[in-house]
Amino acid sequence: MNMDRRNFIKSGALVAGGLLISFTIPGANKMAAMGEVATSAGLPFSPNAFLKIGTDNSITVLLSHVEMGQGIWTTLPMLLAEELDVDLNQIIVKHGGADEAFNHPVYGIQITGGSTTTWSEFDRYRNAGATARILLTQVAAKRTGVAIENCKTENGTVTAGGKKFTYGELAADAALLPVPEKVTLRSKDNWKYIGKSVKRLDAGVKTNGKAIFGMDIQFPGLLTAVVAHSPVFGGKVKSFNATEAKAIKGVRQVVQIPTGVAVIADNYYAAQQGKRALRVTWVNGSAVGISTTKQTAAYKKLAASNGLTVQKQGNASDGLSKSTKVLKAEYVFPYLAHAPMEPLNCTVKIENGKCEIWTGTQLPGVEQAAAAKILGFAPENITINVPFLGGGFGRRATPTADFVSEAVHIAKASGKPVKMVWSREDDIKGGYFRPFVVHNVTAGLDIKGRPVAWNHNIASQSIMKGAANVLGELKDSIDDTTVEGVKGSPYFTSIPDHFIGLHNTEEAIPVLWFRSVGHTHTAYVMETMMDEVAHNAGRDPVEYRRGFFKEHPRHLAALNLVAEKGNWKKALPTGHFKGVAVAEAFGSYVATIAEVSILNGQVKVHKIDCAIDCGLAVNPEGVKAQVESGIIFGLTMALYGEITIEDGKLQQNNFYDYKIARIHETPEINVYIVESDGKMGGVGECAVPPTAPAIANAIFAATGKRIYNLPLMNHKL
Amino acid sequence: MRKQQLFTYYIITKVSFVNNNYYMITLKVNEKAYEIDASIDMPLLWALRDLVGLTGTKFGCGVAQCGACTVHLDGEAVRSCVTKVERAVGKNITTIEGLSLDNDHPLQKAWLEFDVPQCGYCQSGQIMSAAVLLRENPSPTDQDIDDAMAGNICRCGTYPRIRAAIHQAAKTLKNK
Repeated sequence: MNMDRRNFIKSGALVAGGLLISFTIPGANKMAAMGEVATSAGLPFSPNAFLKIGTDNSITVLLSHVEMGQGIWTTLPMLLAEELDVDLNQIIVKHGGADEAFNHPVYGIQITGGSTTTWSEFDRYRNAGATARILLTQVAAKRTGVAIENCKTENGTVTAGGKKFTYGELAADAALLPVPEKVTLRSKDNWKYIGKSVKRLDAGVKTNGKAIFGMDIQFPGLLTAVVAHSPVFGGKVKSFNATEAKAIKGVRQVVQIPTGVAVIADNYYAAQQGKRALRVTWVNGSAVGISTTKQTAAYKKLAASNGLTVQKQGNASDGLSKSTKVLKAEYVFPYLAHAPMEPLNCTVKIENGKCEIWTGTQLPGVEQAAAAKILGFAPENITINVPFLGGGFGRRATPTADFVSEAVHIAKASGKPVKMVWSREDDIKGGYFRPFVVHNVTAGLDIKGRPVAWNHNIASQSIMKGAANVLGELKDSIDDTTVEGVKGSPYFTSIPDHFIGLHNTEEAIPVLWFRSVGHTHTAYVMETMMDEVAHNAGRDPVEYRRGFFKEHPRHLAALNLVAEKGNWKKALPTGHFKGVAVAEAFGSYVATIAEVSILNGQVKVHKIDCAIDCGLAVNPEGVKAQVESGIIFGLTMALYGEITIEDGKLQQNNFYDYKIARIHETPEINVYIVESDGKMGGVGECAVPPTAPAIANAIFAATGKRIYNLPLMNHKL
Repeated sequence: MRKQQLFTYYIITKVSFVNNNYYMITLKVNEKAYEIDASIDMPLLWALRDLVGLTGTKFGCGVAQCGACTVHLDGEAVRSCVTKVERAVGKNITTIEGLSLDNDHPLQKAWLEFDVPQCGYCQSGQIMSAAVLLRENPSPTDQDIDDAMAGNICRCGTYPRIRAAIHQAAKTLKNK
């Protein structure tokens, strides 16, 4: 990154006294700038702080991103502490609210997603720490007359000559100094925190019940609202009778909102009772005709023809006609609900032309704008407070601000401060799913079984189309979040004739990014197909893949490490079988080996070994935790994940029919980090993609069966 | 006087004619008495969260499928989302807030040592389930842990660390 520091770092005095370091990134544009920050200057400075050093010696780091389990509550302060020379445990960590100062350095809006936080903030947070350290040192030097280069910072203090100052003692004066033009960051050899495993800073409050999630917001006068939604997705209220609902003790008010009828009560129980007593007549929306069976047939038909060109080389149909053997496969992937453990909720208080919102969101600015629009308020009159997120996985990054808008409508219609709480059923049936996707693949093999031609079509709803208000219009109707992982797959480097096509579909069920997004299905298709190709060639699946990775060293490094550590060649206990898969996602490279057995027609996953090359691992233990998490998320998706629809009605309800993998289904997991100088990638999502295909390939090794549609629970193995 | 009341199942007054299952109820939570005006049918979860004001116990599913709401009733683990408040009257209710004085329960310490929490939302329930397991079985095997903890979902997938932390806490307890 090459940025003019003077344009984005600013220091200033805190109202309460002390030093404040804030920064904005000039001219960061949207998706197009992915990986590169624009260098144009001229945006105004923001008054919001990323780092505050109080005269009371308090050190507060404000996060531009939100903590939803991925560990940035620890990682971002690590980056800052590294340069500031403070004890990590001395730092008070807080979420920033909605403010342009917190815009993502790459996306240009305020977002936590895409596994981007650590690498995109790597320079920014270190610079903030270094800038503050220099200013504090300058003050100490001035006060003592000691030369700056003879002043030493350590553990929140500056030693100058024989005198020692705490940062707090220097903060007020430091705030008056101009920001240094040049800041030199520490070299790798001098890192104290970066690259070392650090314990999570939020673990304490997450083990004693004190962590506050959106669900836990309480204040006098706050009421609870629940919403009756249409049984047919997206249906509208025709009429309702609230007489019985209002007779329930504790029910205060019943109001109609655009998405249904809200019951407002003293507590959740009373509100739920009210909802049950409510009688609503619905007008069905356009989802009424949708059924999974019909959808499957329609998407299969679409994917059987070539769609919009995503990637093309040579002539795939010529190549296929010249092939010695052709493998054909049709894959079907269902809609998936994110189902974060904390059901969606949002607290809204409207008072004197201002609105305050508390919600676990990955998109605070989007929620702010949506609330402003609904209320007719200026955005600066909407305050967004972000407590801890009880899981996100993409569901709390809704470009339409669906659940926050709903809560704002309830507060507006009722005139009361309300905490809207969705039931688990509201969540499972709430839409914004991982899309339903069909892939159609034809692979042509030469006489030695090498793939020489490949024709690949994908049919899916576009996620980005629904996110245009946030991330801009799609170029050429090609949604990378549908095709990522097929597009740019390393295997195509050695397949001369190939075509990748896309069919964008439209449905009345909204779709959304779901942890690892397009890779949830594309890695499955590529890795099970390549396994099939390897098997046809009579080759070992690990050895065979190596041949394709000559120009892809990071794929190869991950594969080699997992093959070595996971003892790929070692004989397994009777009845146990292995499968492998490799994927690149969000800039990280992951290779996974799954060991399974088959019992009563169902798969049992015994062990998963996984190697990751994410470049520098800022907090290696945090990386391991994320990889474990991704694997288990992938396991759930492989075994159970499925939302089905009949006549517009979503069929699943709660965890009894939308199952999540549990502890007894969790295999032994070993994570290995590749020592790498490569570009930093993300780690929150990348372990999901190879999990399901590694399991499926192990199932093939065990049974000779190829699984072309998930979840596995639908197959008798 | 208060102390005596705590251990008696008692009801003060009927407060509503419309919903005649509403009473003034005393709940003993974490060694402290709380008086609430509640329907005896109200799930304990909502009494704890919305009436008593202790939010460490979490709502995850409402149908005893996820375990996020696990609390102890006289030392037994129950899913408070399906446990009527009536059942808790006169009993010692322990929530995550009352498990230890200062995050010093061996399980909480082990949870920190193994960096268990991610989003953290399910962890109150996980720890409360594990506490009963360890009390009844000081040396649980992996199978014992599976049996005791299978009712608690963690969407972040912290299960391997939960398992390791329970083994660690068991060791700590044994060495005491």
